[in-house]
Order: sequence, then C-alpha cells, then structure tokens
Amino acid sequence: MYDIAIVGAGVIGGMIARTLARYRLKICILEKKHDVAMGASSANSAIVHAGFDAAPGSLKAKLNVRGSEMMEEVCRELGVKYRNNGSLVIGFDEADRQTVEELYRRGNENGVKNLKVLDAEDLHRLEPNVSKNAVCALHAPTGSIVCPYELTIAAIGNAMDNGADLLLDFEVCDIRDTGKHFEITSPDKTVLAKYVINAAGLYSDAIARMVGDDSFTVHPRRGEYILLDKECGTLLNHTVFRTPSKMGKGILVSPTVDGNLLTGPTSTDMDDKENKATTAEGLALVMKQASENADGVLFGKSITSFCGLRAVGSTGDFIINLPRARFVNVAGIESPGLSSAPAIAEYVVELLAKAGLKPEENPSYTPTRPAMHAFREASIEEKNAIIQKDPTYGHIICRCETVTEGEILTAIRTNPRPRDLDGVKRRTRAQMGRCQGGFCSPYIVELLAKENNIPYEAVTKFGGASLINFERTKEER
Amino acid sequence: MIKELTCIVCPKGCALRVELENQQVLSVTGNACPRGKQYAIDECTHPTRTLTTTARTADGGVVSVKTDRAIPKELMFDCMAQINRTVVSLPVRVGDVILENILGTGANVIATMNL
Amino acid sequence: MKEIELVIVGGGPAGMSAAVAAYESGISDLLIIERDARLGGILQQCIHNGFGLHRFGEELTGPEYAWKYEKLVREKQIPFLPNTMVLDITPDKVVTATNATDGVFQIKAKAIILAMGCRERSRGALNIAGTRPAGIYTAGTAQKYVNLKGYMPGKEVVILGSGDIGLIMARRMTLEGAKVHAVCELMPYSGGLARNIEQCLHDFDIPLRLSHTVVEIHGKERLTGVTIAKVDKNRRPIPETREYIPCDTLLLSVGLIPENELSKTASVTLDRVTGGAVVDQDRQTSVEGIFACGNVLHVHDLVDYVSEEAEIAGKNAAAYIRGEAIERTEINLRTDGKIRYTVPQRITQKKDVTVYFRVADVYRNVTVKILDGERVVYQKKKPRVAPGEMESITLNADQLADAKELLFALEVK
Repeated sequence: MYDIAIVGAGVIGGMIARTLARYRLKICILEKKHDVAMGASSANSAIVHAGFDAAPGSLKAKLNVRGSEMMEEVCRELGVKYRNNGSLVIGFDEADRQTVEELYRRGNENGVKNLKVLDAEDLHRLEPNVSKNAVCALHAPTGSIVCPYELTIAAIGNAMDNGADLLLDFEVCDIRDTGKHFEITSPDKTVLAKYVINAAGLYSDAIARMVGDDSFTVHPRRGEYILLDKECGTLLNHTVFRTPSKMGKGILVSPTVDGNLLTGPTSTDMDDKENKATTAEGLALVMKQASENADGVLFGKSITSFCGLRAVGSTGDFIINLPRARFVNVAGIESPGLSSAPAIAEYVVELLAKAGLKPEENPSYTPTRPAMHAFREASIEEKNAIIQKDPTYGHIICRCETVTEGEILTAIRTNPRPRDLDGVKRRTRAQMGRCQGGFCSPYIVELLAKENNIPYEAVTKFGGASLINFERTKEER
Repeated sequence: MIKELTCIVCPKGCALRVELENQQVLSVTGNACPRGKQYAIDECTHPTRTLTTTARTADGGVVSVKTDRAIPKELMFDCMAQINRTVVSLPVRVGDVILENILGTGANVIATMNL
Repeated sequence: MKEIELVIVGGGPAGMSAAVAAYESGISDLLIIERDARLGGILQQCIHNGFGLHRFGEELTGPEYAWKYEKLVREKQIPFLPNTMVLDITPDKVVTATNATDGVFQIKAKAIILAMGCRERSRGALNIAGTRPAGIYTAGTAQKYVNLKGYMPGKEVVILGSGDIGLIMARRMTLEGAKVHAVCELMPYSGGLARNIEQCLHDFDIPLRLSHTVVEIHGKERLTGVTIAKVDKNRRPIPETREYIPCDTLLLSVGLIPENELSKTASVTLDRVTGGAVVDQDRQTSVEGIFACGNVLHVHDLVDYVSEEAEIAGKNAAAYIRGEAIERTEINLRTDGKIRYTVPQRITQKKDVTVYFRVADVYRNVTVKILDGERVVYQKKKPRVAPGEMESITLNADQLADAKELLFALEVK
C-alpha cells in the first residue's frame, strides 16, 4: 500500500514526487510510457517565464511568478543546467507597442521584478541580432531557460533516490475508491494507494473521469519546433518572443542551456492526443516568423524538428483541486507549466495538508542529485582523476557532443534508468548533436543491450514497437 | 538489335552500344578500354557479377567476404543462401578461403577483412 | 607536454596514406590518432568492391583497400593510437585528445594533418514533415548495422537520395533479404556513379524515381510508410503527385558534410562551398603547418583520389617540418558558378599542380576553360560533365606564368 500514487511522470508529476519525498511517505509514480518525460515535458520551449503573461489573480500568474523564483535553487539542488538569460517580447508596430505596454502593466501587477519597456535603440544595444524592424520590447531580466526533460529526469531520479518507486509501462485504466484507499489498475497490475495525484497531462481528464469528475476536459494544442546546430547558439543571448495572441506566445527564438538555438512553436488546436507529427506548413511558419524575429537565423544548420502537444484545459487556468477526498487533480498544465512546476508541487503539498495529510519529515531526505553534465564541465586534471578510476570516461562514444562511454554507462545505471536510445539521448546528449546518432547509435545499442541484459535486436528507440533492428542477418527465414 | 548498357568494369561507367544478332555480338562501341568490350560481350551472353557480402563468425559477429571472381548473375541469391549457412572460425585473415568453388562456379568465397 | 613532429588526425584512407607518405619523406616522429578501434575509417563498412582500380590496378573491397595501407603503416611501424578522440586543436598546434588508457592528454606538434573524413546529412537537416518513429537511418548507419554488426535494421525499404552509398545499400539490403521499393532522387539526375545504378538498381529491378522526394513520414513507433511526391523544376513538391509507399525503413543518402569542427578550433579558414579548408597545392590550410586531405577537405567519389591527395599532404607536411625554403607566389583560383569549386583554392608555388573541380549541374558539350584575365591558359571540350563526377586538370609552371588569379569556367553551347 502506497501513501501516494502519482499518475504521470512528466515534469509536474516529477516535481510533486520530489517535493513529497522529503516526508515519510511511500510514493509511487505511474507512467504508461517506456520512460519518464515522454509527453509535453519532452517537447516544449524550455523557458522559465518571468510571469507577465497570465491574467492577474489567476493560478497561472501566481504559480508562474513563484515557480520562476524557486527554479534556480531547484536546478542547483538537482544538478540541472539553468541560465538566467532574460527575455524580450518584441513589437513591430503601434498595435504591438500597446500589447507590450499592457504586458508591462500586467507583469507588475503579477509581481514580476525589474520589467522594463525598451525603445528600438536600447533593444538593439542589448540584443544586436534582434530584427532591425523591431521598434520596442518588453525586457524581463528574470526570464530564464532550463532543459525540461533534464529537470523531469532529475526530479524523478531524486524522488527515487529518496525512496519513491517508478512504475513504467503502467497505463492506468481504472481507479476504484474503496473509501479507505484507491485501487489503481493497469491491464496487468494493481497498485493500492491512500492518495492519488492526477498529473496525467493530456489524459488528466480521462483519469479524473475514472473517479467521477467530469468537470473539465483537456485538449492537445500542437507546437512545432526546429532546433539549430550549436554553431548558431550564440546568435542571441535573450529569449526573443513576439507579442502574444490568444493561441499562445507566438514563435520564439532562444538559445538553449545546451547551446543550441531553438525556434518555434506553432500553435494549432488538435483532436488526436497522440498525433505528434510535424507539418510542412508548420515548419515553414516557424522558419518565416523566426527569421522575422532575428537576423541571421540559419535554417540550413537545423539538426532536428519536432512537435509537442500542450495540455490545454477547458477552464483557461491551471486546474488544481480535490474533486473528492484524497484525489488531487493537477490538470490543464499548459504554459507556463514548466516555469510553475516547483510552485505547483509546493501548492499541491499545501492542498494535501489541508485535506488532512500531515506527514513527518524524512530525516534521511537528500535534496541533491549529482549533475549528469559534471564530467563535461570538469578541468583536464579533474577528468583525468575520474578516468584513472574508471577508464570508460576516457572513451568518447558520441563525437558531436563529446559524450564518453563512462557518462553513458553511469546514466544507464542511474535512477530513473533509461532502457532505450532516446532515454540515453535525453540523459547524456549522446545522439543529440549534428549527426543525430548516425555514428554512435550502434555503440549505444550495444551498451543498452549489455547493461539491460537483452539481445541487441531488442533495443528500441523509445519502447513499444520502435525497434532499431529486426533480427540478425543470415537467419533462416 | 541494338542493346544499350552501362559498363560496370570501372567507375567511369561508359555508355556502351552493342549490336546483336541471334544473341551473337556483332560490334561494341562506346567503350574506353578493351575490358569494356569484354564486359559488353559477357553481359549479352552470360552476365556475371562479383558478389560481396558478409558471413557469420563463430563469435556471433560477421566478417566481410567476396567471390574471388565474378559468378553468373543469376546465381547471386543462391550463393547468398550458401554463404548465409556458413560459420567462419576465428581468427580470419584477408584472403582466407571461406568456401571453395561455390556452387561449382569456379569462384572461391574469400574473407576481405582481418578479425 | 609531449612533442611530436607530425600528428595525423584520423586513421582512415587519408590519414594512413598521408602518414606513409610523410614517413617515406623522412619523418619518423609521427603519430596517427584514430577514434575507432581499428584503422581504416569508413572503408571497413564499405564491403562492396570497386576500390583501388587507379591505385592498385585491381578491384578491391573497402576493407581490403584499407588493409593494403594498414600493412604499410604496420611494416613501417608508424605509431597509431586507436580508440582515441581528438577534442581540440589550437592554431599553435597543440592537440588535446582522450582515450581510456592515457586519459586526456596534450601533444605539441610541428605539423598536423587533418584527415577526419565526413559525416552524412541527417533527417533533421532536411526538415521532412511527419512523425519521428524508429526506422529512419542514414545509409551509412544502416551499412554499419548490416555489415559490421550483422543486424537487419529493416525489411521494407525506401531510400531517399541516389548518392553512391544509397545505391550500394539498395543492393546490400536486397541481398540480405529486404525489399527496396524505390530510390527517390530530388534532382533530375542521380548523384551516384552510372555503374552503381546499373549493378545496384537495374540488376534487382529497383525503381529510381528521379525528381522525387519524401514529403511526409508516417508511423508512431516504427515507420509504417512514407509519402513521396514529384518535384517541379524549383524542387518544390507537386501536391497532386503525392504517393504513399508502405515501408518500415527509410534510408537517407542525401549528402556528405566534411567534419571540420576541429579545423574551426584551430582557426583554419573554411571554403563555404566545399565545407572543407581552403588549401594551397600542398594541401596546406590557412594556418601554417596544418594540412588537410581526404573527405574532410572535400568529398571525393573514389578512395583512390583520397590516397593520392593524402600523399600530397603527407609529403608537404614533411617538407614543412624540414623547413625547406620555397619560392612563393600567390595565385587565387576562382570559379564561375557552373564550376562550383576547385581544390586547391590557391597556388603558392610554380610547379606542376593538379586542380580538382566539380560542376554545379549536368552539362553536355561543354568547354572547360581556365583564364588568366584574357589569356586562355587551358581549354578542353567535354561531351558531358556531372556534379557526381570530380574532374581534374594538371597545370604546369609555364601555364601558371605570372598569373595572379585563374578563373575556372565552363562554356556551355
């Protein structure tokens, strides 16, 4: 019997698990996919928003500003890369200028610090490669960037290190309340838990309906992105947004914490919660608008394009409530969900306390997790000390991102353990560079097969039927 | 009858014109060297190919192999099947004979790699 | 810091040939650094034949060609470090590298030869719309799985791009029991050798779809199909011609990119067209004492030419180390656009120089002209030139005369 079952191993479920892990609670995280961070947490804009966007008084506004304040410390504890690069919302005409002024007022009302409206001259002095056509901008120095899947993996890893269980390939298909606890069932397993936290992203409406709550729905909104080579990563220092529309914050151009340049997202309402296909039109729009935001965005240097689905709730705000005893919805967490994640977790713990959960502190709780990128950033002397102990750290597997065998093996052996190629990619950056795994994936398949004790041809890209190889050659057919 | 071929003897890839009558080659034009002429004649009468592939090794890996001379084109898949049933013991050196006179073609299958 | 006269970065055909040439020119204090477990580079997975006709007068497979050079390296006891990755090269020729035995270490070299080869363009560089399932590989990655690892990455295959690796893999997958449904080529002509179209596609009745490209990828976990379409003369897909092909594998053979990340750390000037270094006739880059050869310099069609070029780099790196004084001149080689690039891009010494070049499109009945202002230095008629086939012209000292700049032009009737 678990005290808490969290449905969904995204950044929200992960941050909640990690926050609850400081108490003496038996926690499990249930995830239907083959790995953590497989939904919206794997494909979004990777921005810690300052908090000027949401309507004053909304949960979004309150939790965004609070989450943004907490984020740096959370990242430090979890060994996650974080960069306070500041953000700019640029305007091209008089109408945009009014929007910028409005955002400035709203931001101040939400409690965002140090906002400033810039004229063209100040804007271009601050960020020379912003489009020459931009006439004004809102400057938010507290805007930052973070890697969303790195944060999710670290949060869940930290929760696991403190005793939480992660059950992958666990698709919740029914939840029954016995009055004392819940029975949560997947096609082949049942888990018992006193409390359930519904952090199931796009499917949080379906999970809520399992306990009779049909007060909201969640629908997917597609966002397509194009990621450019590290060669382009220094084009801009700030995250550059356009003025927002009702469909979202518009196409942005931003450096990433790993040094690439990210452009996107588009914004299209969808019906299919599983359709993560990019479209020719969408990618063309990203290229057009990103090129309008900044000069010198070289799409010839793109290394990948991808699509994320925002979990848009029907209420317009985050849906965080207790529709019945011991069951918490954390739903409709669209942007600024990533920015708000630490604050959402804190808020959920407060809600649970109000609902009667009064756990003791866990005296052996460790809030920190070793940084997975520590080796890469070490000096030559430090590296050699590590290589002397473990020679695999001297052997480069991924040449584009210079990732060593030691780093990959450590990642495969660290909570939450990756079982597929994409899992290794998200944890180590191996295969994430300009050749996109062309050279190194055959070696990583070998490491995964050996470490997980499975045949070479059983290794997948991301679980399920996503096999890399079908069979050995020369087999009788 | 005129038959047009692309010579595969060397990377130049000459465009060959072969004049044929009752499957007899009367003339070859377009070839830059005598080997091209021979290729055209062979291709029109009994086409052959060198087969390059891999064979299983005793440790479960593969080693690259080839036929040491061209084999009749129509026997390529039969030769593949024969090679696929073979297990090569290690170590193996470039030039080691893996299969002798495969399918009676007169060609040996030899290793092209050291393992 | 350890000092070595000549460091060669890369132990593929270019690196080995350069090392042997430098050794034969009297340099015995040299080292080849190779990232893979063995010498040979990408030749090890190119198990098909067709290598070595120019060099050795016989048809060799890739591993056999590599072995010919590896034997020379071993006979001459030229030192090489396998499983070692160069991380950085400075303009003053300090090489930082890492491996499991020595850790991260630095070497100060008198001269460096860059021979890192090239990589394949990936799906990401093309921005093909659709999903991101398993089953999409560059042709070279699939080649590694099949030929070196002994695994089948797919059964029902479509290939995008008709470069030689794509054609070779069409045959290879077929021989191993896969069905190749089509090879799509964006251009109206193939980028591969005519002989490979003959023996890799025609022999197996594999259709070559010229002026076609893949416009959409389907499948959630493993690839389930691709949508292809014909393209117009501006290479834009024509929507009415969309056609769905069910398949589980898409192989990409859509171009090779010289791997010049290290050249950049060494501040070597790169050529925008070739993607490789700007070099003189000795294959010396803009940084004195740093030479480049093979596919890191420009992508070659034939390994025989790689070896030849690497010998030039090896010999001249040796001459540089010996400090041989030479009479200097400066002739810039320029192109008219129909000729896309030349290698070398500059000539600094009046001696016999072979200039390699590539054209931008398929042209028939052309005259290749080399002009020094009004003066015609060289001209030759050619029935056909194509981007897939590298051309070469050897100029002698008299032809160079007092030129400051030579224009390589193509006269098309």
